[in-house]
Amino acid sequence: MSFPLLTATAVLPAVGAIATAAVPAARRTAAKWLALLFSLATLALAIAVLVRFDPDGDRYQLTESHSWIAEFGVRYELGVDGIAVALIALTAVLIPFIVLAGWHDADPLETGSKRWRPTQGFFALILAVEAMVIISFAATDVFLFYIFFEAMLIPMYFLIGGFGDRAHEHGEKTAATQRSYAAVKFLLYNLAGGLIMLAAVIGLYVVAGNFSLTEIAEARADGSLDMATSTERWLFLGFFLAFAVKAPLWPLHTWLPNAMGEATAPVAVLITAVVDKVGTFAMLRFCLQLFPEASKWATPVVLVLALISIIYGALLAVGQRDIKRLVAYASISHFGFIIMGIFAMTSQGQSGATLYMVNHGISTAALMLVAGFLISRRGSRLIADYGGVQKVAPVLAGTFLIGGLATLSLPGLAPFVSEFLVLVGTFTRYPVIGIIATFGIVLAALYTLVLYQRTMTGPVKPEVATMPDLRVRELAVVAPLIALLLFLGVYPKPVTDIVNPAVEQTMSDVQKKDPQPEVEAAK
Amino acid sequence: MSASAVHSLWTTAATAADPITKIDAPKFEYGQMSPTLIVVGAAIVGVLVEAFVPRKARYHAQMFVSVVALAAAFAAVVALAADGYGTTKARIAAMGAIAVDGPALFLQGTILLAALVGLFTFAERRLDPAAHGNRVDSFAAQAASVPGSDSEKAAVRAGFTTTEVFPLLLFAVAGMLVFPAANDLLTLFVALEVFSLPLYLLCALARRKRLMSQEAAVKYFLLGAFASAFTLFGIALLYGYAGSMSYARIAQVVDGSAIDITPALADTMGNDALLLVGAGLLVMGLLFKVGAVPFHMWTPDVYQGAPTPVTGFMAAATKVAAFGALLRILYVVLPGLRWDWRPVMWGVAIVTMLVGAVVAITQTDIKRLLAYSSIAHAGFILAGVIATTPDGVSSVLFYLAAYSFVTIGAFAVVTLVRDAGGEATHLSDWAGLGRRSPLVAAVFAVFLLAFAGIPLTSGFAGKFAVFKAAAEGGAAPLVVVGVISSAIAAFFYIRVIVLMFFSEPRPEGPTVAVPSPLTVSAIGVGVAVTLVLGVAPQYFLDLAGQAGVFVR
Repeated sequence: MSFPLLTATAVLPAVGAIATAAVPAARRTAAKWLALLFSLATLALAIAVLVRFDPDGDRYQLTESHSWIAEFGVRYELGVDGIAVALIALTAVLIPFIVLAGWHDADPLETGSKRWRPTQGFFALILAVEAMVIISFAATDVFLFYIFFEAMLIPMYFLIGGFGDRAHEHGEKTAATQRSYAAVKFLLYNLAGGLIMLAAVIGLYVVAGNFSLTEIAEARADGSLDMATSTERWLFLGFFLAFAVKAPLWPLHTWLPNAMGEATAPVAVLITAVVDKVGTFAMLRFCLQLFPEASKWATPVVLVLALISIIYGALLAVGQRDIKRLVAYASISHFGFIIMGIFAMTSQGQSGATLYMVNHGISTAALMLVAGFLISRRGSRLIADYGGVQKVAPVLAGTFLIGGLATLSLPGLAPFVSEFLVLVGTFTRYPVIGIIATFGIVLAALYTLVLYQRTMTGPVKPEVATMPDLRVRELAVVAPLIALLLFLGVYPKPVTDIVNPAVEQTMSDVQKKDPQPEVEAAK
Repeated sequence: MSASAVHSLWTTAATAADPITKIDAPKFEYGQMSPTLIVVGAAIVGVLVEAFVPRKARYHAQMFVSVVALAAAFAAVVALAADGYGTTKARIAAMGAIAVDGPALFLQGTILLAALVGLFTFAERRLDPAAHGNRVDSFAAQAASVPGSDSEKAAVRAGFTTTEVFPLLLFAVAGMLVFPAANDLLTLFVALEVFSLPLYLLCALARRKRLMSQEAAVKYFLLGAFASAFTLFGIALLYGYAGSMSYARIAQVVDGSAIDITPALADTMGNDALLLVGAGLLVMGLLFKVGAVPFHMWTPDVYQGAPTPVTGFMAAATKVAAFGALLRILYVVLPGLRWDWRPVMWGVAIVTMLVGAVVAITQTDIKRLLAYSSIAHAGFILAGVIATTPDGVSSVLFYLAAYSFVTIGAFAVVTLVRDAGGEATHLSDWAGLGRRSPLVAAVFAVFLLAFAGIPLTSGFAGKFAVFKAAAEGGAAPLVVVGVISSAIAAFFYIRVIVLMFFSEPRPEGPTVAVPSPLTVSAIGVGVAVTLVLGVAPQYFLDLAGQAGVFVR
């Protein structure tokens, strides 16, 4: 038996979580280093996965399969296609930066009980989330996926509710109330979505008799598993709803601005760049493969919702006064692009969407983490409290600008490629939607540049006059992310090479071909 | 299964003209009955201990007797199961009165383990500060003394403790062991009374808040007496319908497959009105014990007023026993009536799930909140009962096992959070518990997450099993309602977690008592079972699956 690489990649951060949580209260710094060490080791394993993965090989590689709960027909089945590999790599890359960026976020403020160890808890929870996300990306058993899809809510919930920004414009008491409100809202939205999915998971089992993604998809493809149209549609809706809450898609998005606004910047990155990707990833992997007919049936509605997300998210981002909420609404807009790319049912659209997931993760991480550094210096999330920062802290302002430009998809930075692919992919099949979606880019330019202008340019506000520039630790977080953005912006081929074969497979599952050019069709 | 066809009650009546010598000497399978007999015997020994052992030594003597008895009874259940009872063979013992089959043994094992863990919480004597140099437990110093009176003070000063709780617990357990195994209606009723009466008493015995405890006991007793009366009335009507108390015989008459009907009864039996009303009343009595809506009114008051260890034990073990009996009645006696009871049970299950979940949201007392949560859980289990498939049985068995340990553990945690007036059960007292005692709060959070059915806890495995069985049994709408009420229920479990972890502790809030190893082990078992059944439920699902066939 070969070495279970995927299991190791997922188990390592889980072990790290336990080890970090077990560090005694006084050895806070040791806990941080331990967490960083484990996240880096996980990254090494993820790179091993990337190396071992052969883009032109079998559809699912590095597969593992063990009996788990025979009574329910549940198997512990892992396997990755190109899309999953890309996202596992993204997760593993981002977590060390999140750990590093959140280095001081969980230092205890007041002396509570001697056994109260928030720092250990913070880093342990981050690693726990990483473990669960990796399992979700690798699971090819629907039940296994579901378990970790749901279970990751709990550590996320504690991360959002338990840790907030140091200083808050309304005082700590209000902050605590808002934080716990955001955490509860996050949990209830996702739990409700998840429970509806549970009904659909059970329904799928009743129809198909097992939970294996590969078996069901195969049986669907060769016609040996026939679903009534209405059954398929109901099951699709059950799955899609859960993923649309997680992604999040308008009108199920309202938890995201609260969660991202109240959580610390690294946790906000964890939410939007890592955890939410499970939602869009699952649409590709589960909705399209298990319910191809229903997916096609739902396409018009989903596309319209995605379009609303793009425009609505961007419009609300323009109107935000709070930096973190602005990034949250921008993310909603971007998730609209991703979902649009997935459901455009063209190979460019889906490749673009997958690439978008990776790029959005990196670019949002860059922007949000720098924003977090900025906020931690001034102690306010309000845009109006800043001004002229670029004169005081030029490096901070510069990295913030690059993060912002990536968010608005400037050519030369990674998100441009993916956004372009998504738009082209959508345009070939749904020109009107493609055209309207383009306005999202214009709005993106508006909200990022206005944000930059108000905070970084102009006269130096007295409160920011003494603001220190980025420290070494902070630079270590930002510089590699920006390097990645530049690299993938100029040379996206490594990612597209891995992703494209998987996308072709998914396309063949839904039996969609790319639309031929107009001229040929006219013949 | 020839044993079931012979029943002392109605054979004598039918052959009254025959000489009395023809009555068979009662045959009694001591081996197959051993779990119950051990517990009953120990309970009687416990009464003798009360009578003859000096007061100082009673606590330890009672503890010893109870632990040994429960462990021995559990060993007897395991031995029977290892002997193949329940999986490869099944017997009807004691002249047709007791079934020894898979569900009976599984449930008896669950009840015994739950009782053992519950016993530890009964015996806890470190939570309250010592009164006049004597360690005290959760029970009144002297039950007969009026609350607040001089005699009560004298009893406390003298260091009296109500060690009677141990034999009472054992009697209740004995009744619970018989209840799901009863194979005729009279045995069912006797078992019902045997386990109910000690519970009524136990509810009245709280050391703190005695008036509330006594009020709870009176409510429980009155409503329980009503329910028992309904049950008995239903039994009478069913007897009138079938001319027999035996489960198998009634089932035959319902099916129309009864042979050798006594001519004297042939004219009067088979009246469908008697069957429907009788079955309805009988099931109603059982639903009362289960705590299903609309027979749930007693649950919050009793759960709140009873001493918390009793609440935990009662919430877990009563539910197991009552669902066992309900399953047997519906699956063995009334399968022929399936099309009549299924719609009714559908309604009951839906209302139970929704009412339990919705009303729980408004609760401000942790014990009442857990009471409503137990109502919602009764609804989930009913969804599995309705499946009417072997999977339905095994899913219910699994759920009950999973649920009972979570419940006992959760109530054991409730006993730890105390202020000057005893347990601090108001939710506002729990604010910031996570700051003060992270471990206790984390453990309670695990239990709450299990109640909410979050994956990787036993609650999820159980819920999934039940919903899957329901969906396969053609009750998909029930699954949808179940999922919706789970989402509602999640809200109030989460609210408690928010309170514990994200709220500031109140300055003069309650403290967390340091328990003795007894409560620690009860909670530890609860957490261990919750996590093991959540992560690796396979073995236990197998066990429940093999145990899923009733004997008739």
